[in-house]
Amino acid sequence: MSSRIPLVPENTVPLPSLKANNGLLSWVSSVDHKQIGIMYLIITLIYFLLGGVEALLIRVQLAHPGNDFLTPELYNQLFTMHGTTMIFFVVMPFLIGVGVYLLPLMIGARDMAFPRLNALSFWLFFFGGILLYYSFFTQSGAPDVGWFAYAPLSEKPFSLNKGPTYWALGLLASGIGSVASGLNNVVTILTMRTPGMTMRRIPLFVWMMLVTSLLLVFVIPIITAAFAMMLLDSILGATFFTPAHGGSAILWQHFFWGFGHPEVYILILPAFGIISEVIPVFSRKPIYGYEFVAASTVAIGLLSLGVWAHHMFAVGLGNVTNAFFSLASMLIAIPTGVKVLNWVATMWGGRINFATPMLFGTAFIIEFVIGGLTGVAIASVPIDWVVTDSYFIVAHFHYAIFGGSVFAIFAGVYYWFPKFTGRMLSETLGKWHFWLTVIGFNMTFFIQHFLGVMGMPRRTYTYYDMPYWGPMNLISTIGAMILGLSVIVFVWNILVSLRHGKPAGDNPWNAWTLEWATTSPPAVENFELVPPVRGRRPLWDLAHPDMPDEPDAKIV
Amino acid sequence: MKHASHYNDLGFELTIDLNPSLRQITMENLGGLFNPSSPEMEAMAGLTYYTIAITVVILGIIVIAVAYIIIRYRKKPGDDSEPYQDFGNIKLEIVWTAIPIAMVAVLFLLTCSTMKTVDPPAGDREPDLVIIGHQWWWEIRYPSSGVSTSNEIHIPAGEKMLVRLESIDVIHDFWVPELGRKIDLVPGHPNYIWLVAGKPGVYLGACAEFCGEQHANMRIRVVAEPEDEFNKWQDEQLAIPRTPTEGIAGEGAKLFQTMACMNCHTIRGTAAAARVGPDLTHLADRATIGAGVLTNTPENLAKWLANPQRYKQGAFMPNMKLSDSEVKSIVAYLEALDEQ
Repeated sequence: MSSRIPLVPENTVPLPSLKANNGLLSWVSSVDHKQIGIMYLIITLIYFLLGGVEALLIRVQLAHPGNDFLTPELYNQLFTMHGTTMIFFVVMPFLIGVGVYLLPLMIGARDMAFPRLNALSFWLFFFGGILLYYSFFTQSGAPDVGWFAYAPLSEKPFSLNKGPTYWALGLLASGIGSVASGLNNVVTILTMRTPGMTMRRIPLFVWMMLVTSLLLVFVIPIITAAFAMMLLDSILGATFFTPAHGGSAILWQHFFWGFGHPEVYILILPAFGIISEVIPVFSRKPIYGYEFVAASTVAIGLLSLGVWAHHMFAVGLGNVTNAFFSLASMLIAIPTGVKVLNWVATMWGGRINFATPMLFGTAFIIEFVIGGLTGVAIASVPIDWVVTDSYFIVAHFHYAIFGGSVFAIFAGVYYWFPKFTGRMLSETLGKWHFWLTVIGFNMTFFIQHFLGVMGMPRRTYTYYDMPYWGPMNLISTIGAMILGLSVIVFVWNILVSLRHGKPAGDNPWNAWTLEWATTSPPAVENFELVPPVRGRRPLWDLAHPDMPDEPDAKIV
Repeated sequence: MKHASHYNDLGFELTIDLNPSLRQITMENLGGLFNPSSPEMEAMAGLTYYTIAITVVILGIIVIAVAYIIIRYRKKPGDDSEPYQDFGNIKLEIVWTAIPIAMVAVLFLLTCSTMKTVDPPAGDREPDLVIIGHQWWWEIRYPSSGVSTSNEIHIPAGEKMLVRLESIDVIHDFWVPELGRKIDLVPGHPNYIWLVAGKPGVYLGACAEFCGEQHANMRIRVVAEPEDEFNKWQDEQLAIPRTPTEGIAGEGAKLFQTMACMNCHTIRGTAAAARVGPDLTHLADRATIGAGVLTNTPENLAKWLANPQRYKQGAFMPNMKLSDSEVKSIVAYLEALDEQ
């Protein structure tokens, strides 16, 4: 093999370009997984900006005690919409969108298993979001009962406006799209892999998307059914969740968190997948302990189905129930810890190129570990009794979802933008974006751990001028403004680089998975020829025929 | 002693127990977890400190490892060689799976023992105190003595009070950070907790479960007193005041019975016996109005009566469109009730 005979013939025929037909109709009518993926990314970016503006308004209101910048009504609408938007219309669809774009490429397929279903998923998500945001323009305003919409507050007679109805309908629609996406991903991963791409060789991002997709299929129907019951209550006068008429307020919480906690893993597992792609490539080493990283994902997926009541330790379910869910929640720390240590071990001994994707990838490890460790602490029932519903929890889950998922998303955007567009994002602006994000994020949220244990409750439009609360909240607000600035730099970077970015070429990062074996952006059916797959890193094997990952592998 | 002042751009200021040593950083001033004031809270704070200490050590190890990697394994300019391709090590995987398992086991055992300390079973004991959550105030009842008040809980210091918590509308959550755990007030699902204050003092708390428009202004004051002072307070609360018949206060008493006030409020010794809003019999004894929106002074009470919606938008007490003289009379009546 040392004579370096190319295993794939040189491609001399120019591949068809997406630019050939990129009118609006080509997007709206598209069933191409890449176009649909890009549409997900564009729409989620818009929602990210909307949710971000909502967050900044919240922080302005809280900048000092007794502020009357927002009315209590509007404040409650804003924190409800911020949470709903960021979870259902930013992080989740972004990860689904990246998955839809990359899964077929990574496994050497031409498209998803069900391209039309893929388009249906996207449009359900799209119109679900519009339905939710339309509520702002109605007389009764946006939903104002929190992203968790606890009964009976969300129902008559305590909510007489239509906000919660828009909320349930919007999420119902986009949720059905998510189930369809999940099914589509599972079938695609199981049946569309190129020859040689065994389940032991698929990239870790694909493994994590597989587990995430199974979670989508299992848990979204729980909340879909609960939305239907809530709508029956509010529109047809049923009483599922109204204790005054024999219903149960706690039942809603079981349904909501039965979905809601696995949802957290739906938000973080694909992020783990992104990190598991970025860290090896920029460390120039294969992922450490592939089998353990993959298996720990499966373990997290299974455990995540049995931890929901840790959101309900203050409800009064009794100590035996609380102890069960406490232990189950603590166990998640074990597979998660395995992942973190394997990422660190992957970096150990590498030749690390700290380009922007790797900066975000490295910061992800630290920020996510902070969120993860506070997560283990609050799995302990008495600690949860101290900190639940306080700003400590706000800090905790922002470290998990922003410090975790969103940092990974930024890493992923800088990593795959060249593949999506054919151009590199600016490294200079990327570094500005990175440092502003790190400073703004930690300044906003770290101090909230302290506010929480000092006694500041969540979801209040104002607060007493207790000692230090005012200055601490002001620091948090200034941090949020810096974070807002970082997002402006990010969007600016995207807009500038789309036109003037350095041309990327097929494989600018010298990466090893199949998406880098085709043009940037890939042509309509992805590959002229799929390289042979005889290991986990097909492009490494191509570049180093003298030392392939699996020397004994046979050509399939 | 806790202290807080609540500034509002509407041009009023609420000051509670202003403490001159406010600017010093002391555990007492920081409050909450930093100032546990009951044996239960001490147990929970101990577990929290212990756990946070362990997590800080773990975070420290990871940060140091990553910092070392950043310095040691950064790619040198011009070095395009590929490093040693290391695929993993099963022994190492087993070790770093086993260590967290051991740590989780210890944390779980501590969790169970602390739960038992904080929530010992009550047996057949009748509750000493019943707290009923309303949007957005707390109804406080003492079943054995028959005292009924709101938003301000008096307890004898050092004594374990068994509290039954109910809700009349939506889910609320009772939280006094220095005294103990949070517990939800769930409609149709009564809960019990132990409420103890180790030493006399005023402990501030708030509703911790989002309960609607004025969730922010649903505050709790726990006043822990020596036994004899508590008994004295209880006797005062039980006194049924004589209804004034003369002067401006007598005017107020008549207005109270003829206007809509009595549809929602109780004043013992009169026909007003509704439980929609707080019992006003001994309102003048309480420190705040509107579950912590205003300090309870005659001037503030007049402002509140003139337009409650200005101070607590969305509260169920409407703007009664009272004239200035009507407001004055009712304030005089409510203040007079307590003077006898």
